[in-house]
Amino acid sequence: MTGLRSIDGTASGPAWDYDKLVFEDRVHRVLYTDPRIFDEEMTRIFGAVWVYLGHESQIPAPNDFVATRMGRRPLILVRDSEGVLRALYNRCTHRGSTVCREARGSAKSFQCGYHGWTFLNTGKLNGVPWPDGYADNFDDEKFNLAQVPRVESYRGFVFGTLNLDAPPLIDYLGGVAGPLDEWLDRHPGGKVVLCEANRLKFKGNWKLLYDNSADGYHVVFSHRSLLAMENRFDEDGDKGMAFYKSNPDNAPMYVRYFGNGHHFKDKRPNVEDRPGALWEIEGPHPGMEHFEASLRQRLGDKADRALDLASSEPVNINVFPNLHILGNHIQVSTPVSVDETDTTWYGTAVVDEDGDLEGTVDAINALRMRTQESFPNFGEVDDLVNFEQIQVGFQAEEDEWVYMHRGLGIPDRFQVDDDGVITGPPTDEVFMREHMREWKRLMTAEPRIAIARAV
Amino acid sequence: MDAPDPSTSSYYVSDDFYAALVEDFSGWQTPERAITDSALRDSCARFLAEEARLLDTDRLDDWLGLFARECIYWVPGTRDGDPRREIAIAFDDRRRLEDRIFRLQTGEAWSQRPGSRTTRMVSNIEPFSTPDPEIVMVRSNFLTVEFRAGETRSWAGWAGHRLRDMTTHWKILVKQVNLIDYDQNLRNPSIVL
Ligand code: FES
Ligand SMILES: [Fe+2]
Repeated sequence: MTGLRSIDGTASGPAWDYDKLVFEDRVHRVLYTDPRIFDEEMTRIFGAVWVYLGHESQIPAPNDFVATRMGRRPLILVRDSEGVLRALYNRCTHRGSTVCREARGSAKSFQCGYHGWTFLNTGKLNGVPWPDGYADNFDDEKFNLAQVPRVESYRGFVFGTLNLDAPPLIDYLGGVAGPLDEWLDRHPGGKVVLCEANRLKFKGNWKLLYDNSADGYHVVFSHRSLLAMENRFDEDGDKGMAFYKSNPDNAPMYVRYFGNGHHFKDKRPNVEDRPGALWEIEGPHPGMEHFEASLRQRLGDKADRALDLASSEPVNINVFPNLHILGNHIQVSTPVSVDETDTTWYGTAVVDEDGDLEGTVDAINALRMRTQESFPNFGEVDDLVNFEQIQVGFQAEEDEWVYMHRGLGIPDRFQVDDDGVITGPPTDEVFMREHMREWKRLMTAEPRIAIARAV
Repeated sequence: MDAPDPSTSSYYVSDDFYAALVEDFSGWQTPERAITDSALRDSCARFLAEEARLLDTDRLDDWLGLFARECIYWVPGTRDGDPRREIAIAFDDRRRLEDRIFRLQTGEAWSQRPGSRTTRMVSNIEPFSTPDPEIVMVRSNFLTVEFRAGETRSWAGWAGHRLRDMTTHWKILVKQVNLIDYDQNLRNPSIVL
């Protein structure tokens, strides 16, 4: 890390004996309700693994910034004047106020509103009002803004960690980089840009969302109203998530666990592998018939591919602990407290720098905005209320266990490859058992946590 | 040939339609366009009260009936943005609005089980004229108090209604709902605003 020096620290011992709380088939309710466990997670999970902080398209130019959080820590993700990505602590080194109150913008420096200390977007203290009142000459780096010591980007996805011993980001991602690559590579130039969001929150623990993220068991029950809505013109229709109807385990989709808490529910095998097949199963969306007709007229044979770009990609790619790629969304979940979580569904737009789409990219995006609004409006709201109801159920203190043993103990239910990647039926809770195993490992590890400051 | 039915297909939400929508909803609240005619103001106020009453009494089908066949229900997630390039909190054409109501009425939309009870206060009603003599735009403030599952909370902001005079009754061409916290994480935004 050029120009940065880290200040080492090590997390203190665990609050609980996790051997008594996490078993192969079940976990204890206090994982979701105890504020002490939550506090530990903020260090041992949200400090110690690579946490998704933002997307490079949010800060395309030097001096751009966007406010973000790493667990509870308020951060400013910046591309500094030299173009270097940094995750600055939004916390004045004087007496602790935030130094930036905007959600996004462009700034070469940040001035604290309280007493006017000013910091460059490298984090370096640039000046304090009336310095002759200090015996100090401020050349000690301790007055520069704290920052996340390790920030790395993978194809536009920016992550940070405080853990000096964490593996390189690419190794942390491991196998989950595969589906992430495929998701990006279906777009021209292998990239997308963020285009605003459906911003949601729920009164429940952040893990309830992560536990649900590869859950193929809940879909036909939790999303019954959405499935009915998508097929209201034809009850036996095959629109949207209709491939979950009857027993999803008989469908060709699967769930896969990659290690490090990352998993993947791949629904693409349910859909024929040919241009236009994704578009054909889209439920109704505003502008659908108009834009389809106009794209077909303009693009001829190539229209199917263009329409597939406006369609939802049938994947759930879950990067522990806070990033979910699903449909065309980049969903980020951010814990607020033990029983409150923000979850933001960033939409993505197609960019066509090489002209592959023959001038139709705006039409594709006009359609793609509407396809992306569907699930947060008509699906996610039901999921989030269900999570809130779990949090209510957990107030029953004596009823301690949360079971996640679907598939456990059934011979030949999973395949495990040479790299330890596990593949099983889509309704299986194997992904949850595995990320809970990883959670327990992290909660009992001793990460070397550090912040850095410009020197 | 008959125009396509907007309840079953969406041909009217075209590029031109979006462009006109963005145009119609920019810079419309000007003093020159303010309508002072008290009968017209009163008619707008009665209409908005009726709309609020239908929503508060869960008469969603009747509420849908207040809309023109080709209509938009729009809750922007940004200020002065373009829905072609940005995700909205909600952007419903006629069919999607009917989808929304259908879903709520299945009884299996868990975000509305139990359902919300609401009381809507609508005030500061200001109609503005448009270049089309048949169309007025109305700005109003709203405060919607929602009770659901033991909790009471509120939604606030202002609405822009684009109304067409059908001589007997107004029809809503566009309802734009501008929440004061449009750019924040919202908890269970499942009611119609
Ligand atoms: S707290 Fe920032 S200048 Fe005093
Ligand atoms: Fe779900």
